[in-house]
Amino acid sequence: MPATDLVRVEALSKRYGPDGPEAVAGIDFAVREGELFGLLGPNGAGKTTTIGVVTTRVRPTAGRVLVDGLDVSADPVAVKRRIAVVPQLSNLDRTLTAIENLTFHAAYFGTPRAERRARAREVLARLGLEGREHDNVRTYSGGMAQRLMIARALMHEPRLLILDEPTTGLDPQSRLFLWDTMLDLKRAGVTLVLTTHDMVEADRLCDRIAIMDHGRVIALDTPQALRRLLPAEHGLDLVLEGGDDPAAAFGALNGGVRVETSAAGEGRWRVRLYGDGVDEGLAERALGVAREAGRPLVELRRIEGTLEDVFVHLTGRGLR
Amino acid sequence: MSAPTTAAGAPAPRASAARAFVALCERDLWVTVRHEPLAFLSQALLQPIFFLFVFGRVLPEIGAARGAYGTALLPGIMALTLVLTALQNTALPLVIEFSFTKEIEDRLLAPLPVAAVAVQKMLIAALRGIVAAILILPLGELILPGGIHLGGASWGALAAILVFGSLTAAGMGLVLGTAVPPNRISVAFALVLTPLIFTGAAFYPWASLATLRWFQVVTLLNPLTYVSEGMRAALTALPHLGAGWVALGLGVSLALFGALGVLGFVRRAVD
Repeated sequence: MPATDLVRVEALSKRYGPDGPEAVAGIDFAVREGELFGLLGPNGAGKTTTIGVVTTRVRPTAGRVLVDGLDVSADPVAVKRRIAVVPQLSNLDRTLTAIENLTFHAAYFGTPRAERRARAREVLARLGLEGREHDNVRTYSGGMAQRLMIARALMHEPRLLILDEPTTGLDPQSRLFLWDTMLDLKRAGVTLVLTTHDMVEADRLCDRIAIMDHGRVIALDTPQALRRLLPAEHGLDLVLEGGDDPAAAFGALNGGVRVETSAAGEGRWRVRLYGDGVDEGLAERALGVAREAGRPLVELRRIEGTLEDVFVHLTGRGLR
Repeated sequence: MSAPTTAAGAPAPRASAARAFVALCERDLWVTVRHEPLAFLSQALLQPIFFLFVFGRVLPEIGAARGAYGTALLPGIMALTLVLTALQNTALPLVIEFSFTKEIEDRLLAPLPVAAVAVQKMLIAALRGIVAAILILPLGELILPGGIHLGGASWGALAAILVFGSLTAAGMGLVLGTAVPPNRISVAFALVLTPLIFTGAAFYPWASLATLRWFQVVTLLNPLTYVSEGMRAALTALPHLGAGWVALGLGVSLALFGALGVLGFVRRAVD
């Protein structure tokens, strides 16, 4: 196993019950040390089951998962020492205050009594929860509970932090704060695995993304590379002055560039350039063509498929 | 926000299964003492107080029972309190923590084997049962007309019954709490608790059932019978099941329910 992989998922499959459906149908991927890895997929795609195996809560039917070189099924206790999980729904200890949630969690991981409080205060401050540490967690809002669960996860300084749909149901401020927190943790050397439906979130945060559907990994790459999976949605969009169809002039571009023109009203034409010939120099060349044809440029826009387009393209439109 | 100090260094170097086990116990004791002592005491003691009062004081007062009934009743009520407290303190929290609050998850991710989390649950529930059962002694002194008489008590036997009886009951709670789906738990409690309470020789010495042979045999299936009879043997001079039978009954029950309970817990915790 290369030293740079913190998590290796090898031929993993999981069937719940002998006749149950295959929630995960033989998947392979690796999470590199220090990266922020996204697991994307529709409901029921197998994300939660996959996370469940990594976190020792689900036993694989076949295949295996290694965390830091340790087989999760064979040595769950050693794996638990290296990981922390922030679940989607609060699982805070409701009979305890906020700071007790943190200090007892630290105690489970053997932090000496004298260090627990100091560390809890430091982590609470980092997550903007100072002043509320002695409140019962029942009084916490959704966003605060989420931050407290992250604080709790950080108490034992995990190498791998797993967040299961962490921003679902949060207000925009909490979501932005959480994004900053995740990026800060990444800078500090923590490896993060994130499951989400939120494409903007995945696009902005993740170094690499695995898209899952029907228990399989159907794409795995950087967000930029995934967006390039949609060739027809990648190109340029120009609006030019003048009443004639400029299609003939742009035909000179060729080299795999496809041209589509349409009247844009007010004596203007819209030109759409896409296809395999799209490259960095296309805008320059297109402007040259327009200038030569004596057609002043009104608007120039890059067309790029969003991650959401890629997602729908790969997983289809059917409801789950 | 300042840069975090978290570094991906050696994983929780001091973490050990033993430390985690002790810390889980600390958490439970802290909650019992600091956050919900009244809830614990009322849940554990309210019912036995009424049993002692109605059966031990009111019935003899109105002539519906003999005055000495309290002597036979006290060990039975201690046994009942021990068993019900230990059983409810595993079963109820488990149902809630597994299904509704998910609080169990932080424990399951603590660095110790999942089976050890189950054993820890049993241990704390047993301890709560023991505390509740011991509190019955001063309550009996206050409530029963003749007070309590512990002149001939065998304290070693009492300690053994408290420990093994409460662990057995905690194991039964573990089975109940993990085997029954959460939406059926109220039905399951009704179906299990009522027969458990009334067939467990808590309100009558087992030997006195000789004239009702079939019922006497039925009571032998209830682990509470061995706890009640063991208590009677430890605290009174009344006729009781032989010590060997009590030991056998409790030993078998503890092994059976302990194993089934831990197994049920692990199955519930790991899919």
